[in-house]
Amino acid sequence: MDLLFGALGWLADPAHWAGQDGIPTRLFEHVVISAASIVVAIAIALPIGLWIGHTGRFAFLAVNLANVGRAIPSYGAMAMIWPVSLAISPEYGLSLIPTFGAMTLLAIPPIMVNAFAGIREVDRDLVEAARGMGMRERQILGRIEVPLALPVAIGGIRTAAVQVVATTTLGAVLGLGGLGRYLIDGIARRDFERLWAGVILVAGLAILTEVAIALIQRRMTSRGLKLRGDRPIREAGLVPRGGGEIAA
Amino acid sequence: MPDRPLVDWAWIGDHLDDIASRTVQHLAIAGMAVAAGFVLAFVLALAIRRWPRLDGPIVGVSGILYTIPSLALFAALVPVTGVSLLTAEIPLTIYTLLIYIRNIVAGFRAVPADTLEAADAMGFTSGRRLQEIELPLALPLIIAGVRLASVSTIGLVVVAALIGDNYGGLGFFIRDGINTFFPTKVYVGAVMSVALALVVDALLVGLERRATPWARARATRAVA
Repeated sequence: MDLLFGALGWLADPAHWAGQDGIPTRLFEHVVISAASIVVAIAIALPIGLWIGHTGRFAFLAVNLANVGRAIPSYGAMAMIWPVSLAISPEYGLSLIPTFGAMTLLAIPPIMVNAFAGIREVDRDLVEAARGMGMRERQILGRIEVPLALPVAIGGIRTAAVQVVATTTLGAVLGLGGLGRYLIDGIARRDFERLWAGVILVAGLAILTEVAIALIQRRMTSRGLKLRGDRPIREAGLVPRGGGEIAA
Repeated sequence: MPDRPLVDWAWIGDHLDDIASRTVQHLAIAGMAVAAGFVLAFVLALAIRRWPRLDGPIVGVSGILYTIPSLALFAALVPVTGVSLLTAEIPLTIYTLLIYIRNIVAGFRAVPADTLEAADAMGFTSGRRLQEIELPLALPLIIAGVRLASVSTIGLVVVAALIGDNYGGLGFFIRDGINTFFPTKVYVGAVMSVALALVVDALLVGLERRATPWARARATRAVA
């Protein structure tokens, strides 16, 4: 309890809200790195997932690659990028490129698998009906499959975003900024108030991300889907089978 | 640094013993958490089966715990439990809970209502129904949960290396490699931990096949 109050006191101290090591700066660094990785991951994984779901081609390969990707710990990925990126760019190679790269890799599998699963779950009869009405393939994808798959696809982005926000913390191990600094410096200096303040900030940011995207997800769910009202849509069919996705 | 090759094979050859003992340590640390988490989650899942209203709170709390970054949870425990095995095991166990509970509960729910009614009509007690009907039918999803929990825990052990040399298994090589600017160590730690996760996953797939012979029989019939 003393620790918790100590940490809250640390957070309340105005001295910790200014300067290079201040909370606003660290929070900003953390959010920028996380957001950049997620945006790049979406740009790569979403189109691939949608395309695989629509055509059914390479589905086996993609899902298995995603599962292997999931087995690579982010800290390991970061560490493996680091010697190479340092040789390429002494300035950014030590911490920025490895963290950004590992975070992007971390975010790709859930986004891709959920986009794919979302499209797969769309009732095939609907797609056939659309085709029978003379819709082109692109229209089927854009007007039928994507809107129906959206809640599940955003579920993947949500999983990815929460993981990335949580894991960007590790960048501090390589000397990057962000909220992880308080954890690493807290341990190194045995300054446990700073450490716990960092824990509170990082956990808070991760939970905030989860809640914020859940709200977006609800708003993006078409009314027709909400009316079904059986079980939460984001979970539909995403019960892990043979090491598949847990949508969280 | 750049004058050294990325992978120094001679170093690996000289340190095979070291690598083997770190691998064993890695497995032991992960194994304890995977086992402890399973026991805890199984009890909670049984509670949910008995009192379905507990589903929301239990899954909700384990979901919130799952969201806490691993480095943060390890670090948060250092002032409380010191640099000890417990500091590594508590977070690792906590992270398995959500995966397990979700899968075990989904496994129970996947049992068809007709099957349950038939068992009740035949006079099965609740305990016998659980043991002879529900558990075997839930087994594929439960084992899927064990697979996910194992792979994720083996990956997380690496992070535990940041709290102390003796609690990170292969993660020790990664941390030490970064600190001493020696990429070979980093690659040994990272590649071995991924390989370990994949091997354990493959073994569990084999276990699943053996534990559910009826699923295989059905698959062959479907093909024929």
